[in-house]
Amino acid sequence: MQNTSNDILVAAGIVKTFPGAIALNRVDFSLRRGEVHALLGENGAGKSTLIKCMTGAYRRDAGTLTLDGDEIDPRDTLDAQKLGIGTVYQEVNLLGNLSVAENLFLGRQPRRFGLIQTGEMKKRATALLAQYGIDINVSSALESYSVAIQQVVAIARAVDLSGKVLILDEPTASLDAQEVEMLFGIVRDLKAKGLGIVFITHFLEQVYDLSDRITVLRNGQLVGTRDTASLPRRELVTMMLGHELQSVEKAVAAAETASGPVHFRFSNYGKSGKIKPFDLDVRKGEVVGIAGLLGSGRTETAELMFGVHKADSGSADIAGKPANLSSPRAAIAEGFGFCPEDRKLDGIIGELSVRENIVLALQARRGWARPLSDFEQNALADRYIKALDIRTSDREKPIRLLSGGNQQKAILARWLATNPQFLILDEPTRGIDVGAHAEIIRLIGELCAQGMSLIVISSELEELVAYSSRIIVLRDRAHVAELTGSEITTEHIVNAIAGATSLGGVQ
Amino acid sequence: MIDNAKRLGRRLLPQFVALAMILVLIRIVFPDFFSIEIQNGRLYGSLIDILNRGAPVALLAVGMTVVIATKGIDLSVGAVMAICGAVAAASSVRGDPLLLTLVLAVGTGLICGVWNGFLVSVLNIQPIIATLVLMVAGRGIAQLVTEGAILTFNDPGLIFVGSGSFLGLPMPVVIWLVFGIAVALLVRRTALGMLIEAVGINRRASTLSGIQTPLLLMAAYMLSGLCAAIAGLIVTADIRGADANNAGLWLELDAILAVVVGGTSLLGGRFSIVASLIGAMIIQAVNTGILSSGFPPEFNLIIKAAIIVIILVIQSPRVQAGMTFLSRKSVRRDTAEQSVQ
Repeated sequence: MQNTSNDILVAAGIVKTFPGAIALNRVDFSLRRGEVHALLGENGAGKSTLIKCMTGAYRRDAGTLTLDGDEIDPRDTLDAQKLGIGTVYQEVNLLGNLSVAENLFLGRQPRRFGLIQTGEMKKRATALLAQYGIDINVSSALESYSVAIQQVVAIARAVDLSGKVLILDEPTASLDAQEVEMLFGIVRDLKAKGLGIVFITHFLEQVYDLSDRITVLRNGQLVGTRDTASLPRRELVTMMLGHELQSVEKAVAAAETASGPVHFRFSNYGKSGKIKPFDLDVRKGEVVGIAGLLGSGRTETAELMFGVHKADSGSADIAGKPANLSSPRAAIAEGFGFCPEDRKLDGIIGELSVRENIVLALQARRGWARPLSDFEQNALADRYIKALDIRTSDREKPIRLLSGGNQQKAILARWLATNPQFLILDEPTRGIDVGAHAEIIRLIGELCAQGMSLIVISSELEELVAYSSRIIVLRDRAHVAELTGSEITTEHIVNAIAGATSLGGVQ
Repeated sequence: MIDNAKRLGRRLLPQFVALAMILVLIRIVFPDFFSIEIQNGRLYGSLIDILNRGAPVALLAVGMTVVIATKGIDLSVGAVMAICGAVAAASSVRGDPLLLTLVLAVGTGLICGVWNGFLVSVLNIQPIIATLVLMVAGRGIAQLVTEGAILTFNDPGLIFVGSGSFLGLPMPVVIWLVFGIAVALLVRRTALGMLIEAVGINRRASTLSGIQTPLLLMAAYMLSGLCAAIAGLIVTADIRGADANNAGLWLELDAILAVVVGGTSLLGGRFSIVASLIGAMIIQAVNTGILSSGFPPEFNLIIKAAIIVIILVIQSPRVQAGMTFLSRKSVRRDTAEQSVQ
């Protein structure tokens, strides 16, 4: 607590528990006037929970919040807004079909005799946006502008409403380099005006570009708060990832690179509008990592290989014979498996039990007329619950009640039960806690040691480096580089991702 | 096995309780409501009447349950009943043999199901709109078949379907019991039940898991068409004639209600055919009870609605959550005991 008088928002000893999990365990956080404070941590570290406790979206279980020296207890986000805490989310949470001016003054439109003064509102909206160096037609629908402009409108509204603390939750995720610069200019102006700004992002470049201090959370715990200038990047990553991961990395990296004959061969495989044609050879027992920014075609590559989209060029061979990958069902018949990125939407069948979720793909492959007996189902479920350490009180528990990491392991179990030859994992460690994270990485090593071929897509480059025998780098929906052997380092990946453009946000 | 039986018992408990309460209520008003007598080797009585009159809705509920489990709905079943009844009557009037008449009617129902299934699974039209098409057009088709008149027939075989008896039970009762149990066994003894539930809960994830989603949806709507065809046959045989305008009128709504009263969510997923069959009987018991109570007919619909609202309120998530809260202590004790064991 240095320089207390300059602190605008102080959270002390914040505790938030959810059924079965402690999301925040006595976390302290302080925000000074006129600083940009980056809040970092992996998915599931507790960043958004902390934000939600500060904005009243969640009620904290313990701890105090102090704003400007006064203790506060926002009941909901509206309350927090009135107190002076404004939030801008990654997905702009304004109303796209209303005009810019209406969005800025929604709920507090200037009125005369109960009627909204549209002219007055437009004048004020134009003036407000002019402060941010933006000159647009405020009568047009918000959705007719780019995401960047929408972000600025959201910020303008939040600052105008609240004016003390601004929380930016991954505001740059879908912006291009120029737009990010424009946004950062605005943030710096606000900082100069004395606002306290909390900045959440996954792009470490931007953290070093913009922030004054950094607070790192991991697994619901405060790891530490440091000045950005005196925190080397390597140390920051270590703070974020922790040490458990590194010991695993070494174990897996020790496994030698597979060097057998090519088993799966995709030549000139592509689909227009999804991913440009690519060549990819995969050996047995090999882990091929796929790296690239969001929207670079990573998931599209996976979906194309699994038959979710039908390729319109090229061919796929397995052991020299042409393979039919025209639908997921056909791909599964060829021995493929696919753990999708969006677990909730594409993976779990929420209301069904853990057991049913595990046996589903195997049962679908056998067909409805050849049901697995209760005994077989229970045995399968129990085996994988034990082998993958899926934490559930009971195999009959609906899977939606499990934590993210355990859901992910159950989906993995669904595919392992089919005994696949070729398994595609799209972001297998996203949004899961550190423990499950390390286990999934250990599993990847084990599976490839058993001779399974794996494709792993991940934004966590350290992770990719640890277990991949080769790494394919994607940019703008094309495969742009293939790294092998000693080329596999995060630095090389970042360079390849950055390529011609300078927007290499991921460390 | 014992676990499964226990789970089934717990699942069906609310429906059994609701049915029992309604029957007891009617019994209080009519002391001889439960009496059953045998005449000419056939059972007679109010309870048998409920089973018999409830046959069309019970049959429709079987197919509707499966369709709703896939997150769909089939509004066309009432109209399909009319079409199939008209086809059967026309065939009988032509002098076709009974078997051909039955095959034609059932085949027509299946074709209607294929049409709905095509719209839903291939063209991806929302089920409520897709089946609305046939709901509206169906009665027109039925009228075309009957050429606008009420087609009456005298084939004793066909009439037997509606008013004959087998082992002392009216034929419609035998048909819905056998058919309902057969379908229930089919979906639960094979993997169909689980696959249908998976598709209903998360169609995309199911497809990614290798389930043949379109085929399964098609099968669900075909089953619904088949159920409507059999229900249409029973109604037509019962009045010995095909009435294109009134056969099965509004029965799709009763069938949906039976499924909902049976505790299957309209959002798809977990389903129980047996529970829907009990649901159909609950609705018929209410109908029969009100009719025999001698209330002026204009009250019937209102009382029916009131009873159904009460059943649905008891089943609503809010009230269920409240009841869970009240019984949480006992549940906790249960689980504590189990873990000790």
